[in-house]
Amino acid sequence: MSTKTDITLSINGRDHAVAVETRRTLADAIREDCGQTGTHLGCEHGICGACTVIVDGEPVRSCLMFAVQADGKKIRTVEGLANGDTLHPMQQAFMDHHGLQCGFCTPGFLMLAVGLLEREPDISDDDLLDVLSSNLCRCTGYQNIIKAVRVAAKEIQGK
Amino acid sequence: MTAHTKGTGLKWVGRAIRRVEDPALLTGQGRFTADLPAAHWVRFVRSPFAAGKIAKIKAPDGAQVITAADLAGVKPILPMLHKFNYRPVAQPVLANGVVRFVGELVAAVVAASAAEAEDVAELVELAIEQTMPVTDALAALAPGTPQIHAEAPGNVILEAKVKTAGFDAAWAGAHKHVRVEVRSHRQNATPMEARAAHAAYDAATGRVTLTCTTQMPHLMRTAIADVLGMPESDLRVIAPDVGGGFGQKMSLCSEYVVVVWLARKLKSSVAWTEDRRENLIASFHARDQYITLEGAFDSDAKLLALRTDIISNVGAYSCFPTTSGVEPLMAMAEMPGPYDVQQYQCHARGVLTNTCTMAAYRGVSRPIITLTLERLMDKAAAAFGIDPVDIRRRNLIDKFPYTSAMGLVYDEASYKATLEMAVQATDVPAFRARQKQARAKGRHLGIGFATFSERTGYGSPAFAARGMAITPGWETVILSVDPSGFVEARIGSSPHGQGLRTTLAQIIADEIGVPPERIRIVHGDTDRAPYGWGTFASRSLVISGGATLIAAQKVRAKLIKIASHMLEVAPGDILLEDGAAKVAGTDRSVSIAAMAREAYTRTHRFNGEIEPGLTETGTYDPPGTFSNACHVAIVEVDVETGRVVVERYLVAEDAGRIINPMIAEGQVHGGIAQGIGNALLEEIVYDADGGILTANLADYMPPTARDIPKIELHHMETPSTQSITKAKGLGEGGTIGAPAAVINAINNALAPFGVEIDEMPATPQRIRAALRAKQSVAKKTA
Repeated sequence: MSTKTDITLSINGRDHAVAVETRRTLADAIREDCGQTGTHLGCEHGICGACTVIVDGEPVRSCLMFAVQADGKKIRTVEGLANGDTLHPMQQAFMDHHGLQCGFCTPGFLMLAVGLLEREPDISDDDLLDVLSSNLCRCTGYQNIIKAVRVAAKEIQGK
Repeated sequence: MTAHTKGTGLKWVGRAIRRVEDPALLTGQGRFTADLPAAHWVRFVRSPFAAGKIAKIKAPDGAQVITAADLAGVKPILPMLHKFNYRPVAQPVLANGVVRFVGELVAAVVAASAAEAEDVAELVELAIEQTMPVTDALAALAPGTPQIHAEAPGNVILEAKVKTAGFDAAWAGAHKHVRVEVRSHRQNATPMEARAAHAAYDAATGRVTLTCTTQMPHLMRTAIADVLGMPESDLRVIAPDVGGGFGQKMSLCSEYVVVVWLARKLKSSVAWTEDRRENLIASFHARDQYITLEGAFDSDAKLLALRTDIISNVGAYSCFPTTSGVEPLMAMAEMPGPYDVQQYQCHARGVLTNTCTMAAYRGVSRPIITLTLERLMDKAAAAFGIDPVDIRRRNLIDKFPYTSAMGLVYDEASYKATLEMAVQATDVPAFRARQKQARAKGRHLGIGFATFSERTGYGSPAFAARGMAITPGWETVILSVDPSGFVEARIGSSPHGQGLRTTLAQIIADEIGVPPERIRIVHGDTDRAPYGWGTFASRSLVISGGATLIAAQKVRAKLIKIASHMLEVAPGDILLEDGAAKVAGTDRSVSIAAMAREAYTRTHRFNGEIEPGLTETGTYDPPGTFSNACHVAIVEVDVETGRVVVERYLVAEDAGRIINPMIAEGQVHGGIAQGIGNALLEEIVYDADGGILTANLADYMPPTARDIPKIELHHMETPSTQSITKAKGLGEGGTIGAPAAVINAINNALAPFGVEIDEMPATPQRIRAALRAKQSVAKKTA
């Protein structure tokens, strides 16, 4: 159980050299070994998506990926979205359109939506709804999350 | 409020300002309990069986495992009601010889990491001599069924009966009687953050700081100190950012008691983070009820009397502080809902079973009683051959204040006006035409209405009426302007997503003329906040908001006094706005910062006429107010698969004065989404042995973005006379109305088949089973 592997997790452009058990999930490594607690765990079985981060450009559920699988890959978490004090357009849209209440699922939704729009900036509203339905939120009823992501999508497309 | 006396300055109340809570939560800087590091981690060993006697617990060599035997001196959790034949049943913090539900705590394993603790927990040998479990409330009531607790004969933990004086005559004289039997299955509030606790011992003071995900930090402190027999001031409870609660986080959990006990024993930091399976099987459940409701109507379809039988499955123990009475007693008190009916008979029982303990969940019973009453109204409309809207028009309350058959006093509301508003906005005739066309093509659309009252913001008298030993109700707010002129309000409420830091700042801003960005609301820390009850029962904006207004009015009065002294003008000539006191009609002013500095550091100039400092306290304990709404759902039912799609959802709602429309709409959206989930998808399923078949989020299904249609909101504002801010609560309304609207719509869609669904959730399986049963009857008779 205690055999550990040395890996390097590159999170938001900063390298973290950590030794992890093979069974350690990427989510636990990000939170506990690298101290980036903005990524949350809602179910640890890949349903709720609260732990979504972007790995090499693709949104993934970090509770379903082992930390050793992310060795050397570029990981982006919610802590890396804003540019200094300037919120990312997606964060700003969530704030402007009340896309969050308790805020626990929010980092996962932000990373899901950012990762999606970077890959498919022209995604249709219907496909967008399909992707957003892969994460769970218990507070907002989704209306304002959908609205925020659509507004941010327009902003990102406009750039 | 009193902005008209404050010049022409901008008002903050009523504006959809952005939330002060958001920047931290959006950037990953929120602080949740599980984010804290700890020296020791706990994994609980839980009973795999629903009923039995513990024969053996054997820990692996060298492991640190705590059982009931180690907890000498720790009292059991003993929630208490002084009414309704309540039988107090004690819950040991760790099972003491007997297990009563799957998931009950048997032992606590302590290790250096959560993973290691989980490994060790797997190795704990647990032998339980199983006994026969009972999981269903009706089965538990049957004669000869095993007793869950010796203290509660017949497994009845509480029983309440009421009957109004004129009931029998009204019942006998009625033109028509209509009956409905509703079954509401078991559900779980499912906050996205499951439970978590972190206790840290401070060697210098001997105090323990418990950081936990709770809606009631002060009551957790009181309860845990009681159970552990420790001075309450030796315990500090912090509710940091809390990832949703919905009622599930307002009860005392054994797990938190154990974590505090361990921190004191180990003189160290100890943490536990619940996993989703634990949350689904062993946190708290809700909604498991059987309700029969009969209505007696006169020949004009006017309701004369209601008779109801309420059986609430309360699980294996009583929850603290609300007790097992939370569901059955709420159902009894509020069953008559928004309708004018003065004769009422009710028999309500709370029934113990070998299932997870029932506690509050958003709406508490009202989603079920609203479903029941609204099904009754639709069935009565059909029996009288009148429109569902029309029967509601004939029966909704329209004179205020109105005293219900149960003695509740309804303040001014807009039951009929919101119904008409919803009917207009829906364009019912156009829908009926579309429905007819669709039916001709084999597609089954339906429309459902739900009108309801939502009792909110009720203070201690309402809880005292239930006979609760612990009687919540009031709230206190301490409002200070510090010597730099920055404003801080310390509150006893404990918001966790409701945006209360923003709305309370709006209330203060209007009163003392300081913009919200210079106002901080402090909550969720028993060392910093005054004693208070927390956030639940759609109460915080009304009660904590009222206390905030009272404190702000006092600070305002003092600021005017200080300004009058400093500017040497009459108090009546002073306006508070833009962070300053201004002399009306002149350019003379003094800033709040200068006044605050004066109040602390130059009080000798006050000549003893003004007390030093700039801190005031407000406490508020209101009687309660009633919000109201009409929900309309339009659904399509696929009769081949039983799948229901909610195609349109419309709400006309009235929650009195709205402090922040953006936040208010968010509460309604979120409530409706939970209500739609409750209506269609969410069910905790026990097997015959008392095991749970729905222990992950693939099997217990909260709705996704695909399941929730666009929600159309229409507002009315009937200011409350029972709330000093004129605001009413609205946190639960969405969840209360949605099951009734959706299930009435399903029934409307299925009307051509002669099928009725009086069950929630109305899953595809249930809808198909009902259709199949009808078809097989049709075949047999053909």
